[in-house]
Formats: sequence, C-alpha cells, structure tokens
Amino acid sequence: MSAFIAVLARDLRLGLRHGSDLTMVVSFFVLAAVLFPFGVGPEPNLLARIAAGVVWVTALLAAMLSLDRLFQADYEDGSLDQLALSPAPLPVIVLAKAAAHWLTTGLPLIVVAPGLGLMLRLDPAGFAPLVLAMLVGTPCLSLFGAIGAALTLGARRGGALVALLVLPLVLPVLIFGVAAVEAEIGGLGGRPHLLILGALLAAALPLAPLAAAVALRHALESA
Amino acid sequence: MVPPTPPFPHPPGPFAGTDLACLRGERLLFRGLGFSLAPGGALVLTGPNGSGKSSLLRLLAGLLAPAEGELTWDGKPVAEDAEAQRARLLYLGHQEGLKPTLTVGEMLALHARLRGGRAAPAGLAAALDALGIGGLMDVPGRQLSAGQRRRVGLARLLVHPAPLWLLDEPTVGLDEAALAAFRAVAGGHRRAGGMIVAATHADLGLAGARELAPAEFAPDAAALEAVA
Repeated sequence: MSAFIAVLARDLRLGLRHGSDLTMVVSFFVLAAVLFPFGVGPEPNLLARIAAGVVWVTALLAAMLSLDRLFQADYEDGSLDQLALSPAPLPVIVLAKAAAHWLTTGLPLIVVAPGLGLMLRLDPAGFAPLVLAMLVGTPCLSLFGAIGAALTLGARRGGALVALLVLPLVLPVLIFGVAAVEAEIGGLGGRPHLLILGALLAAALPLAPLAAAVALRHALESA
Repeated sequence: MVPPTPPFPHPPGPFAGTDLACLRGERLLFRGLGFSLAPGGALVLTGPNGSGKSSLLRLLAGLLAPAEGELTWDGKPVAEDAEAQRARLLYLGHQEGLKPTLTVGEMLALHARLRGGRAAPAGLAAALDALGIGGLMDVPGRQLSAGQRRRVGLARLLVHPAPLWLLDEPTVGLDEAALAAFRAVAGGHRRAGGMIVAATHADLGLAGARELAPAEFAPDAAALEAVA
C-alpha cells in the first residue's frame, strides 16, 4: 500500500510539473471535436445525432496519445528497474501508474466533455449519462492502455503500435459508452449499458495490471 | 561522516549462485558460473566490455532470469520468494533513474517509501552528507552533473538498508573525494555484515574482495557446437 501511494504521488507530481502532456491531451480532445461541425456542417439535428459518438471517439484517441509515455520515460532513465525491484508486487505498481494516468488524462477529459457536448448540441438528457459513462469507461482506457504500453516498451514507433494494440481492446468501452447516452436520450434508460461498463472495469482492475506486469518483466529482461 | 548503519531487517545469509548461464538474445554470454558470498564479503566483477558483467548483475538482481542454474540465499532458492529477495537487495545500474523535475530529496524519499520504509528527513540528509552532497537536497534532477547523479544513486543505498548491494560501475564519473566517500560507505556496509557485488574497471578499494570474470565462463566455439 505504501508503494502504491508512493508511485501514485510520484507520477501525479511528475505529470503536474511537466504539464505539457496534460495540455496536449486536452487540447487534442477539444480541437478534434471542434473539427466535426466544420466537417459535417453546422446542422443542429445532425450534430445532436452524432454528438455522443464524436465525444467518445475523440476522448479515446486523446487518451491513446499519452499512453506510450506511460512506462517509456521510466524505462529509458532506469527508474523502471528500481520500480520493478521494489519489494511490492509489480502489478500494484502498475495499478498505481494507471491510476495516475487516469487522474492526469481521463479526469480532465471528463471535465471538458460536457462543454463539447454543449457545442455539439447534445440532447440535455444525455449529459448525465455521458459523464457517468466516461467516469466508468475512461479508467478502462488507462488500464487496457497499460497493457499496450508495457508490450510495446523498447519498440520503435511505440506510439502507433500502442494504438493498434489497444484500440480493438477498448472497442466495447466505446460501444457501451455511446449506447448509454443514446439509450437515455431515446427514453430507454442507460442503466444496463452503464452496468456493462462497470463490469468491464471490474474485470480490468485486477486483470490488466497482472498482464501489464508480465509484459514489463519481459521488457526488462531484454533491456 | 558515515551514518551508523541500522541493523538489516533480514539476516544477511550467504548468497550463492551455482552453474549460472546467461542468454542474451541468441548469444550465450557465460555458463557454469558459480560464486558464493558470505556476510561482509565483496565480489568484484572484472573483464572487458561486453563480457557479461552488467548482465550478471541484472541476473543477480532478478531482472533477468538465468537460462540455467540457480541463486540461493541462506541455502534456499531465491526463486521461491522473489519478493523477499527483492527486499534484500539494492541495485545501482548504469542509469540512476533520476527525474529532471523532482528534487533529490523527493527522489530519495520516494525510494525509501517504495521499499516499504519511512523517509525521515534526518535520514535522507545523513545519506547525502555521507556522500558529500548534503547541499543538494532541494536541487531538481535536471541541474545535477554526471558525478552528482552518481552520488545521488549511491546515497540511495543508505536511505533504506538492505544487506546485498549490486553496483554496476559505481564510481564512474566520481572525483577523488567522492571515491573516498564511497569507500567509507562501502566499508561501513560490509562491517555491518552487508555484501557487495560490483562490476568495475577501476580500483574500488574493497579490501579482501574476490574477483570474478564472467569472460572466463564464456563458452568457446567448440563447446557451443557440442551443445548444438
């Protein structure tokens, strides 16, 4: 537990002092979403129809942008060795890093998302399920992303590779995240979709750090 | 100058390896390598570049699995309890793992907490003083020189005690004063029953250290063909 808090505090401090990663992720999210009204035209009904999907897809891509840095910097400067040699189990340390990643990328995306929804004329009934679905869904992105980031450690063009590996894994998050919003707007209730997202998170929380830890040990072997 | 070394949380039992082989990619670096290290002992790894000194250290640290053979601590295979083994050792690699935006004090405190200890400011200051860098506590990593980075890496060994030190070229970039400080620190560690394995090209001043050259265990071409 002490190691979990230590790594979480370290990564948060690093993320906030660097700052540029966070700014990049949020500005990519906003810019990409802003492009859509230009691309498809300012017709309110059309925008309202695609709003939930646009917000989710751009959030997903924005989260992917920062994933390749999750372990890469630690791997390059040797601190990953020190983390892996801590007496604490490696999956606990991976979980702490994924949590810090979510707090510095996922959470800011959720804060900005309602504003983008407003711009895209999202139906008022859709805001609550959008924020809820993102609250449950974005931690899944960080957890699945940790697996991809660990697998591509040391590879050239790691960033593109992470996206290739992780995007298929997070497809269910995208599908149910958008469905929750659409169902609520359509009067069907978004609850079942939110529950499925919750189940995905419940499975990813213990399993993704285990898988990522195995991949990290493998990467350290060839370091 | 040297802070009193607190007793080790684990009994420093003898650390030994038998019949170790190391495979990097397609290349067999050494095989049949064995050693034994008693409490207070030191082992110096020598040999030309690329002969497997760093790989042997990573193997001893558990970062690399041996292709053959096993490591034992107090007669028990270390693979049986990897977490306990990690608690017994401290590793200093080529890179110190320092972050440009974190201060030296923050990084040492993090290291102590990562190893399950408490980071008392007095303890951190004593560790830095022992290596003659007491004034660097609040300096961020990006402002450190190569020698200072190395000293911070060495100070980490004192922040949270562990009986086994695995050091990869610990004195690269150190000046005379820092070298003397390192010798004092290493001597104190061994008097307390700690063990040191160090890869080096320089004279570390480890009295009574045994030498081990991984190159002597490199398989020759004929032996390789016999295996194949």
